[in-house]
Amino acid sequence: MSAYPGQDGLRTPLKVARSNGASGTGVRHWWIQRVTAVALIPLSIWFLFLMGGLLHATYPEVLAAIAQPVHAIFLIVLSVCLFWHGALGLQVIIEDYVHTRWLEVTLQIALRFGAVLAALACVMAVLSVWLTGTGYY
Amino acid sequence: MPNTRPTSPHLGIYRWRVNMLQSTLHRLTGLFLCLGALLVAWGLIAAASSGAAWDVFAAFCGSLIGMILLFLWTWSLLFHLCNGIYHLLHDIGQGYGPARRDREFAPVYWKAGWSMIVLSVVLTVLVWIFLVLHMAGGAA
Repeated sequence: MSAYPGQDGLRTPLKVARSNGASGTGVRHWWIQRVTAVALIPLSIWFLFLMGGLLHATYPEVLAAIAQPVHAIFLIVLSVCLFWHGALGLQVIIEDYVHTRWLEVTLQIALRFGAVLAALACVMAVLSVWLTGTGYY
Repeated sequence: MPNTRPTSPHLGIYRWRVNMLQSTLHRLTGLFLCLGALLVAWGLIAAASSGAAWDVFAAFCGSLIGMILLFLWTWSLLFHLCNGIYHLLHDIGQGYGPARRDREFAPVYWKAGWSMIVLSVVLTVLVWIFLVLHMAGGAA
C-alpha cells in the first residue's frame, strides 16, 4: 500500500521527484547530448565554410583568421561542444561493446581524461592565438 | 569470469529496415568524427605553436591520405548532421509511430531514411566541387 498520495510501490515521492532512475544520473546524458547536438548544427556548418575559406591560406593568414574575435569565440564554443558531444557518444559505444569490467572502467576514465584534455588544449590554443595576436614563426 | 547467462535474440531475428542502416552509419560516422575532432585539435595546437608545426599539419592535410581522410570526414560530418537533425525531429515526436516502421504501411518512412543517406552524399559532392573549383581558382 502507499503511504503518500501518488506513490508508486515502495518509491518515496522524493525519489520520484528527483527522477534519477536506476542509473542515479537521470536524463542528464540524454539532454546534454541533444543540447550539444543542436549547438553543433550551426557551428559545424560555419566550420565547413571557415575551412573552405582557409584552403590555401598561409600561416599568418590562418593566425589572422583564428584571431578574429567572432571566429575565436565560435572556435572555443565549437571545441567544447565537439568534445563533450563526442565523449557522450563514445561513452555509450564503450558501454555497449566492452564487456570486460576492468577494461570498460579503464576506457571510461581514459575517455574523460582525453576529452577534457583535448577540449582544454583547443581552448588554450585559440586563446593564445587570439590574445597574443601571433604564433611564434 | 565469463558471463554464462542467456542472451536475448539479436540482429538475425529482425526484418531489415532502413533505420538499421541509419543507426549503424550514425554510430560509425560518430566514431570516425571523434578522430576528426582530434585533427581539429592538432590544427589549432599547431597554429598556436609555430609556423613549422603548422607546415607539418598543412602537409598532412594536403597529402593523398590526408585528402582521402578529409573527404571521408566531410561525408561523415554531413551524414551525422542530416541524420542527427532527423534524430532530433524524432525526439520531439515527429515522424514516429508503430505503423511507420514498415515499408508496406509507411513508404515515406523508408524514403525519409534513404534520403538522409542520398542527401549527405549529394552535399559532400557539392562541397568538394566547390573546393576543387576554389583550388583551381587559387592556383590560376
